Formats: sequence, structure tokens, C-alpha cells
Amino acid sequence: MAAPSTPLLKDELDIVIPTIRNLDFLEMWRPFFEQYHLIIVQDGDPSKVIKVPEGFDYELYNRNDINRILGPKASCISFKDSACRCFGYMVSKKKYIYTIDDDCFVAKDPSGKDINALQQHIENLLSPSTPLFFNTLYDPYREGADFVRGYPFSLREGVPTAVSHGLWLNIPDYDAPTQLVKPRERNTRYVDAVMTIPKGTIFPMCGMNLGFNRDLIGPAMYFGLMGDGQPIGRYDDMWAGWCTKVICDHLNLGVKTGLPYIWHSKASNPFVNLKKEYKGIYWQEEIIPFFQAVTLPKECTTVQQCYLELAKQVKAKLSATDPYFTKLADAMVTWIEAWDELNPTGDVAAKLPNGAAK
Amino acid sequence: MSNISIKDDEVDIVIGALEPDLTYFLEEWRPVFSRFHLIIVKDPDLKGELKIPEGFNLNIYTKSDIDRVVGSSPISFSGYSCRYFGYLMSRKKYIISIDDDCIPARDSKGGLIDAVAQHITNLTTPATPFFFNTLYDPYCEGADFVRGYPFSLRTGVDCGLSSGLWLNLADYDAPTQALKPENRNSRYVDAVLTVPAGTMMPLSGINIGFNSELVGPALVPAFRLAKEGKFRWETVEDIWSGMCVKVVCDHLKLGVKSGKPYVWRKERGSAIESLKKEWEGVKLMEEVIPFFQSIRFSEEAKTAEDCVAEIASLVKEQLGPLNPMFARAADTTVEWIKLWKRVRAQ
Repeated sequence: MAAPSTPLLKDELDIVIPTIRNLDFLEMWRPFFEQYHLIIVQDGDPSKVIKVPEGFDYELYNRNDINRILGPKASCISFKDSACRCFGYMVSKKKYIYTIDDDCFVAKDPSGKDINALQQHIENLLSPSTPLFFNTLYDPYREGADFVRGYPFSLREGVPTAVSHGLWLNIPDYDAPTQLVKPRERNTRYVDAVMTIPKGTIFPMCGMNLGFNRDLIGPAMYFGLMGDGQPIGRYDDMWAGWCTKVICDHLNLGVKTGLPYIWHSKASNPFVNLKKEYKGIYWQEEIIPFFQAVTLPKECTTVQQCYLELAKQVKAKLSATDPYFTKLADAMVTWIEAWDELNPTGDVAAKLPNGAAK
Repeated sequence: MSNISIKDDEVDIVIGALEPDLTYFLEEWRPVFSRFHLIIVKDPDLKGELKIPEGFNLNIYTKSDIDRVVGSSPISFSGYSCRYFGYLMSRKKYIISIDDDCIPARDSKGGLIDAVAQHITNLTTPATPFFFNTLYDPYCEGADFVRGYPFSLRTGVDCGLSSGLWLNLADYDAPTQALKPENRNSRYVDAVLTVPAGTMMPLSGINIGFNSELVGPALVPAFRLAKEGKFRWETVEDIWSGMCVKVVCDHLKLGVKSGKPYVWRKERGSAIESLKKEWEGVKLMEEVIPFFQSIRFSEEAKTAEDCVAEIASLVKEQLGPLNPMFARAADTTVEWIKLWKRVRAQ
């Protein structure tokens, strides 16, 4: 039986790329990305010109653009940290987002074939998730797999998938202490599985190779206050992942992890990382129990409502850990206000054209 | 990372013989099994002598042994449930159990996969049920905890049970296999992961290992379908006992791992024939899931035995009224605990 082909979704998906250096990596991705619209979020010095390789259809935003578009609300978007990428999610008009770091390249599967990461993310997002019961053969909707004996039939329809979390070969996504202890460790293990992260379980979401359904979960993908002027870095995607997971659990949406792999080429400096992460390593001991215990009221039926409720609880319960969390909670509210302003619901929102390239 | 070294004499391999001729099975497994002590339990319904090749260190139990030890009891050790008698009789800390229609699988380079060694590794390295590691088992060579994994959770907890997988004939239920009769599992997923706390899973009994000291009594031969048969498609006894083990592990803060090792499961039986005969199990699962998902143990339940006793009374109270099979399961569970205690006291 021939495998059905995966739809391209080229008019329904934006690729969001934060960058401070250059976009040379796009050359390697050209066969897979060329048909899609790119949203480049340029971090750092706005006067620097970032060259986009020929032939790509894109819009590019630097800090001046972010300030102009959001006005005082621009305070919620990080500066000098890849967390700024979430601005790209906000200005996108598409249903799906794929975000990738500029030091991530095309990986090869065990047979030596180039991996089309985007296609796998699309497959993950277009097929249901199964958060309510663990399937021991992993994603039952994949070719060659199914639900195992004992899996209740009433749960086999699954729920819509909101997030597809991909992995990395070569440089693994370790924290600074682990990097310092194991500087030579490389991830060479290709695990041929996609699976749903069960309901009630949180996980560390990495933003390097991530797809999501913007319509289902977009407003929860705020990457927090990191970088310049902030006491913490390298917890942007973590924060977004914890918020996203509790909201997905509440709204009965699924989060998948596993394939696809990309090739992560650059190990960032572990000493620099340690300084950025330092506070996070202590704070996460309080943050995790907070997220594990969060309950959202029944009345919260939209992502925005859930997120604002979460912001309230962050302010109430985590401010004692550090005043940073008061600022973060306020920024979470600002983010939702900005999101709703740029993405009004109703007729006005229908099919706005992509922003123009510079 | 510490090297795992456990003595071979801490392990029993328990095999339920549902076919009399175990020659092919044991010869295929000889390179892996020969170091260990084996317990072979003959299905009490099986007629004819067992055929077992020379050179293994083993004990064989048959119907007469079962009758002698168990006496009169509502517990049935017929069919796949015969292996529970082996668990009862074992005095070892680690028990590995593999169905007699499975042979060693081969990895991508053609090398024989030592399923026993992998189960032992799974059981003797920590489990991480409280937070999901996206690189799967952080204790294996070449992997670790990822960024964002809280440090206080990195010591992990003891692993109570290791659930392996199957190449070729996967453990599908009869309707699924009947719908896709040609479907064979050829995907080797190179991972072991801890099934998170609070998450339910269907635990297949085909290829398992467990720490008998920690969870032994929780593998309960309690739930028999009215027309349970001699093919896995006609049973749910392991699914039931797996639910018990999982909720017990969650309560006692132990881990359950799933993934490697793989075994190669041979063709046997017909899914369509099994489907015609028995699919009641499939319907009953619907009632069972919400029950297990909402079980809460008392604070006094500190061991697997305590937990299993509480499961028995909860089943009697909440599921018993729905179907006499559940009431029977509750009674059988109570008998099982008594039997377990009695045999252990000897």
C-alpha cells in the first residue's frame, strides 16, 4: 500500500528564524524551505544588515521594527536573546509555525538519506496525539505502527496535536554544568520514534527545532524575558514549554516529541551559558512544582484566558522566589495584549497578506 | 556512571510452557539463558511430556506441583497464567519472563540481542517518572538529562518493572491484527524510557522483567476472561496485572520502563479466529481504565502487598457490581496475597 503523501502546507506555514549572525545555514535547507515564507527576527544591532540568500520569500524584523510595531508593548520582547523569535509568531498570519535555530542543519537518517525535518513536523501536527494513555509502540498513527493490545478503543481517536518537538543529532541540548562535565559527548543515537507526552507530565521544550499549530496554541508560545537587562537566559523555550504544556493539558491538546532530527552544529560556550542559566538552575526547583500543581479553572476555554490566568498565578506564587517573576507575569499579560492587537478575531483578521521583505 | 554488576544468581528466568516442545525456543535462547537459573511452568491444561534440551540449570513445575502448593483455590494458573506460579516459587530478586513463542531478535548489524541483559540494565538503573527527558533514558551511554531538567530529580527512583517490545508479530489486539493481517513490526526504536507517573499504559506480558522484592505481589493472576484462550489475542490477564503494577509503582514512587529490549515474536494462531472466539476483553477495558486512573491508595499502603490488598477491595466495591468477572478478580486477588504470604513464609 503506497504511503499517502504529506501535504506541503506552503501557504499555511511560516518558518520563523531568529538570528544575530547570518543566514548561511539556509543554503543547506533550500530544497526543503524554498517554497515557504520565512519570518526573520533579527536580534542585536538593528543597523547591521542580515543578508538573506537569494530566492527565499521572507519578511525581516529588527529591533527598530519591533519597537515601531508594538510601541510600549515591545518591552515584552527580549533583546540579545533568541527569545525574540516569539515576535515572529505574533506577526505571522499562518496556521502553522516551524522555528529553527541558525546553527541547525539537515541531518541524515541511518540509511544516509537527508531528513526533511519540516515534512515530519507537518506529519506530526496533522495526525492526532494520544496524551490520555501511553502507547508502547509510540505514535500509533505512523506508517507501520498501531495501538497495542489493551489500548482502550474509546481513546483511539486521539486529540488534536498542538506541538511537535523535534530533536538534535551531534551537539545535544545539555545545560551548562553537563556541557562542562561532558564536553565531548555527541548525540549519535537515532531514535526512530514520535510519541505523545502524556497528560499531566511536563517536559523541557527546546526551541531549536519546533513546530506548532498557531491557531491552537500560538498565544502560549511566549518565550519570556531573557537576555539584555534580565537576570536569566537560556530558559526562554523552557518557560514557553511549561506554560504550553499545562494549557494543552487543560484544553485537551497534544504535544509530540521525537522525530525529526536536525544536525546541531555549534556548541555554545559553556562558561557563558553557566552565567546565563545560573539563576534558572535554582529557580527551576521552585518553578517545576509550581507548574506541576497548576490548575486552570473550567471557565478558561481559550488559550488567552488560560495564559492570563497562568500569569496571575505566576505573580501570586513565584514572586516570592524572585521579583523577576513579577516582571515576567506582567510581560505575559503585555504579550497577550499585543497578540490580540495584532491578531484580532473576527472579519478583520481574515487573510491579511504576508509582510513585505526589506 | 557506575557499572552495573549483579550476580547471575540474583536472576530467575520464568517461562510458561504453552506448547510441550521447548527445544527450538531454548536452543535459540541458549546463548542468553544458559548462565541463569530457569523456572519452567507447564500449563496445567497441556497434555503430554515437556521436551527440554540438556544443559540448562532449571526447575520444572507441572499441574501436580501447582495443586500441591496451591491446594484448592479460586486462582487459575491455566494458560498464560501458569507463569505466575513461577513468580510465586522464585526466590530471586529479579525475574525475567518471555513468552515461549519468542526468540532473540537481531540488531541492525545482525547481532543477537541479549534481552535478559537489557532487562537487567533497565531494572538496575534509576527510573525518572516525575519529569520527561526528551533524550529518553538519561543513564545510558551517550545520553544525559537535557537542559531544563531539574537537578533535584536527576537521582531518579528504583525501577520496579521493565516492559520490552516485539519485532515481527507486535502485540496488537485481535481486531487490529485482523484488519491488517500483513502488518509486521519492523521498526527498531533504540530507546528505553520511563513511563511517567500518573500515566496508564497497556502492559504486555510477552517480554518483561521485574524486581520481585519491590513489586512481586502486584503481578496478579486475577483477571480471566470467560473464554480465555491459549493465544495472547484471547487474553487480557497481563493487561490487568500491568495496570495493578503501574498504580502500585506510582504510589510507591517506583518506576516502570518501556522500550528495549526487543524479542522476535513468531507467527502463531489467527487473529480472525481469535476475534470470532473472544473479544470481550476489548470491551471490558473500557470499564477498567477510568477505575485505575482514579485509584488512590491510603497512606498506610507502604508495600506492594498493602497496595494490592487495597486494589482488591476497591475492585470489589466499584467494579464488582458491573460484571461478575470483576468480583471474581477481587476475590482471586485476596487469595493471591494469602498464597504469596504463605509460600514466602515457608
